[in-house]
Amino acid sequence: MPTSTEKEPAKSAYWAGVRDGAPFILVVVPFAVLFGVVATDAGLTLAQAMGFTVLVIAGAAQFAALQMMVENAALPMVLLAALAVNLRMAMYSASLVPYLGPAPLWKRALVAYLNFDQTYMVAVTRYEARPEMSVDDRVWYFFGVATPIVPFWYTMTLVGILAGTAIPDAWALDFILPIAFLAMVAPMLKSLAHVAAAAMSIFVALALNGLPSGTGLLIAAFAAMITGVVVEIWQERRA
Amino acid sequence: MNYSTTQIWLIIGVLAVGTFLIRFSFLGLIGDRPMPPLVLRLLRFTPVAVLPGMVAPLVLWPAATGGEPDLARLIAAATTLAVGLWSRNVLWGMISGAVVLYAGLGLTALL
Repeated sequence: MPTSTEKEPAKSAYWAGVRDGAPFILVVVPFAVLFGVVATDAGLTLAQAMGFTVLVIAGAAQFAALQMMVENAALPMVLLAALAVNLRMAMYSASLVPYLGPAPLWKRALVAYLNFDQTYMVAVTRYEARPEMSVDDRVWYFFGVATPIVPFWYTMTLVGILAGTAIPDAWALDFILPIAFLAMVAPMLKSLAHVAAAAMSIFVALALNGLPSGTGLLIAAFAAMITGVVVEIWQERRA
Repeated sequence: MNYSTTQIWLIIGVLAVGTFLIRFSFLGLIGDRPMPPLVLRLLRFTPVAVLPGMVAPLVLWPAATGGEPDLARLIAAATTLAVGLWSRNVLWGMISGAVVLYAGLGLTALL
């Protein structure tokens, strides 16, 4: 780290996080608006839609739950589908342990609440690039990344609820999510092992697409992680 | 949708608690106990293991077109990936993907 940041490291780590999180406002805004629109369309009240956004704070799972509710699925199926979509976050949680494990419990609990795709990706990228960061800096960096994103997630859901169905389908808001995820993945494909893992993930997920929501993805993710490690070990043996 | 108000709030409540527990799981319970090296190695692949599998069906079979592959979306996805790989920058990939998507959808609407 540059010397200028060593005076108040936690504070500067926080602001670095704010800067790195800010571009993701662009990702979160359409997604949040879309949830508000779709939830209202499906018949949820303003309080219920906001309850989802503030308490669950997990876009993909919220959409999964909504989809099941529109189909009038049994309560346990609604819950299972949405929680299965979120199981990937158990992997995020585990992968943060080496970086944030020694932090106080309340900080880990707050990180857990704020741990979703965007904050996780941004934070882990930084932690990997800068192994010298202190645990406290890492925590504040994480809070920094969440700071610009989360208020927009809340307020733009509200905008979507109020705008209701006024947004035409031609805007194709549905495809903003895949584009955002692809943009996040591309820079991570930095070795043959990473490419192999991604390829396995796609192959298995497509093959198991007929399974109940989230299940195929979970199996695909495990297969992909194993593939990544196997290819990496194979490359190390050859080198 | 045929749920009572109580049922809807029950869904929201259970999902809120369940999602938090999933996120808190390892971070909360394991804390600073060391993790086995193989587990750490596996976990480094988490993002590239999860996201491509999540995106692939959405790209190939978008719900907005009733699950039919859509040329504008396919080209937008390919552009995002290509620009992201080339620039190594999340934002550039996202912006070029969105531009190509709207250009493609605009052209499709005109033709």
